[in-house]
Amino acid sequence: MSELTLTVMRLGFLAVLWLFVIVAVQVIRSDLFGTRVTQRGSRRGNDANRQQQTGRQAAAAAPPPQRGQQQGGGGRQRRGAPTKLVVSEGTLTGTTVALQGQTVTLGRAHDSTIVLDDDYASSRHARIYPDRDGNWIVEDLGSTNGTYLDRTRLTTPTPIPLGAPIRIGKTVIELRK
Amino acid sequence: MSVVTNTTTIGAIEAPSRRNTELALLIFAVAIPVFAYANVGLALTGKLPSGMLGYGLGLGLMAGVAHLVVRKFARYADPLLLPIATLLNGLGLVLIWRLDQSPRLIQRAKLAWGKFSPDAPHQLLYTAIGVALFIGVLMLLKDHRILQRYTYISMAVALFLLVLPMFFPAVNGAKIWISIPGLGTIQPGEFAKIIIAIFFSGYLMVKRDALALASRRFMGLYLPRGRDLGPILVIWALSILILVFETDLGTSLLFFGLFVVMLYVATERTSWIVFGLLMSAVGAVGVASFERHVQSRVNAWLDPFACYTSDKSGACEQIGQAIMSFGSGGTLGAGLGQGNSDLIGFAANADFILSTVGEELGLAGMMALLLLYGLIVERGVRTALAARDPFGKLLAIGLSGAFALQVFVVAGGVMGLIPLTGMTMPFLAQGGSSVIANWALIGILIRISDTARRPAPAPAPSSDAEMTQVVRP
Repeated sequence: MSELTLTVMRLGFLAVLWLFVIVAVQVIRSDLFGTRVTQRGSRRGNDANRQQQTGRQAAAAAPPPQRGQQQGGGGRQRRGAPTKLVVSEGTLTGTTVALQGQTVTLGRAHDSTIVLDDDYASSRHARIYPDRDGNWIVEDLGSTNGTYLDRTRLTTPTPIPLGAPIRIGKTVIELRK
Repeated sequence: MSVVTNTTTIGAIEAPSRRNTELALLIFAVAIPVFAYANVGLALTGKLPSGMLGYGLGLGLMAGVAHLVVRKFARYADPLLLPIATLLNGLGLVLIWRLDQSPRLIQRAKLAWGKFSPDAPHQLLYTAIGVALFIGVLMLLKDHRILQRYTYISMAVALFLLVLPMFFPAVNGAKIWISIPGLGTIQPGEFAKIIIAIFFSGYLMVKRDALALASRRFMGLYLPRGRDLGPILVIWALSILILVFETDLGTSLLFFGLFVVMLYVATERTSWIVFGLLMSAVGAVGVASFERHVQSRVNAWLDPFACYTSDKSGACEQIGQAIMSFGSGGTLGAGLGQGNSDLIGFAANADFILSTVGEELGLAGMMALLLLYGLIVERGVRTALAARDPFGKLLAIGLSGAFALQVFVVAGGVMGLIPLTGMTMPFLAQGGSSVIANWALIGILIRISDTARRPAPAPAPSSDAEMTQVVRP
């Protein structure tokens, strides 16, 4: 066998081996590096610029949109991600809490983020937190009367769809944009 | 309006099953060893080896069956574990086959035992048994939490397996094998590492609060109470006993290291690592000072080339040869089939298979190989992060920790970072117990990752949901 063929095969084999490693890493890239952030401004030209401007106007009216936890510094708010927690029924109706990427605790305890004045709530009733992908999860903290998402009682940490009512006693909370 | 599509992430929730990714990677993983096989044949004889089709088909068939079983029984399992294990196993087969072709090794075997039998067919058979066990684990173990019931039984079984080799004669200075007439030899330590991980996770899951919380703070370290030191002292004593009576540094290090890793993960206390390192250092130095076999290994590690300058021979010569084979490989290697790593002679295709990799694939190939091992460990740790139950978390950490420790101990030993031990490179090295046990390990990891990545079932509507409705004024 000629020297050349063997050299080509030798280097080719190393290349193939590394290709496998790179493909394997690509498969789990999002696990290793977090969500890729799409830079809309640089990629979409004029259309995107206009969109960003309308976005800014909207942002001026509404509470400032929060950045997703995992998204890098330059990333914009992920589309369709909730920005605030709204109490829609109960004694606290109308209260909103901006979601900053930190855990929101609910309960009658004084150090809760939302202090529930509700006879059916436990002192540490539930918490709402973002997972590493930026989805918001509600978890019952072993409350007496339970936490309900829509009409089902929570048994495990569950992701919250946008606008789905979370019921704690007489209080109903929703995630909104 | 332009729509921005975000790339999806592999989270614990609503992850796609990714079985097709696995299939594509698996085809790739079977193709690489076939390429390597052709490469070795062309380099050695100038033509494609005759058994190429057989090995390729054999490996492909096993991978295909394993994939179908994963598709059926563990739909949401991690997509990387199976392809990487297949690739490593396939590369191991090629390397063993390559060393079977070496005239030097054939000559050596004829001188030593009067006959030469190639190892590659045996290894293929062991791989088949390993994949069968992998399939068995996936089919029979529907939920890894069942293993939790056998916490203390697995402790007894693991201790039995670890103690068993003491009663068999030493092979090459270490008592890590048991021989069954008619069946050959088994290395029970390989199976013990899985079973001991089950025991540690079951035990630490129950005891971790006591171990984590009942402690005093002293100089930035949490000092555990005296009685909580009990378990670590017992495990330490056991691993020292293994070292003394079986003269096997590898099993001892794996056993104790695994406990320290799991203790740290379970309690989040750095002090356990400090204690563990101190205790293992004390133990290793203590034993090395009077046990001759261990002593010779340590001397060979301290001065690998001593036997070339003095009259001493034995273990030190192997390390010297291994280091030289890494050196002659350089960055890009000599090419498959073109190295001289068969000069090592004894255990060239088992403990020292890494020096063949180092010489024929060079630093580039070695790094790729270590990255592949790293990826398996990473997937294991990732599985532990995603797992919802504490037992599964600890078990996944334990299994991947054992795997990582084993890779470290073997690679470190061959490369001269730590004294050489009697362990084998998972999947790569020749040896039935190792291949079979590691396939079982991958099977359990795949089972845990399937449970972890499976989308949570919709919460069942509970009967009192109607009763506790919102009271409207």
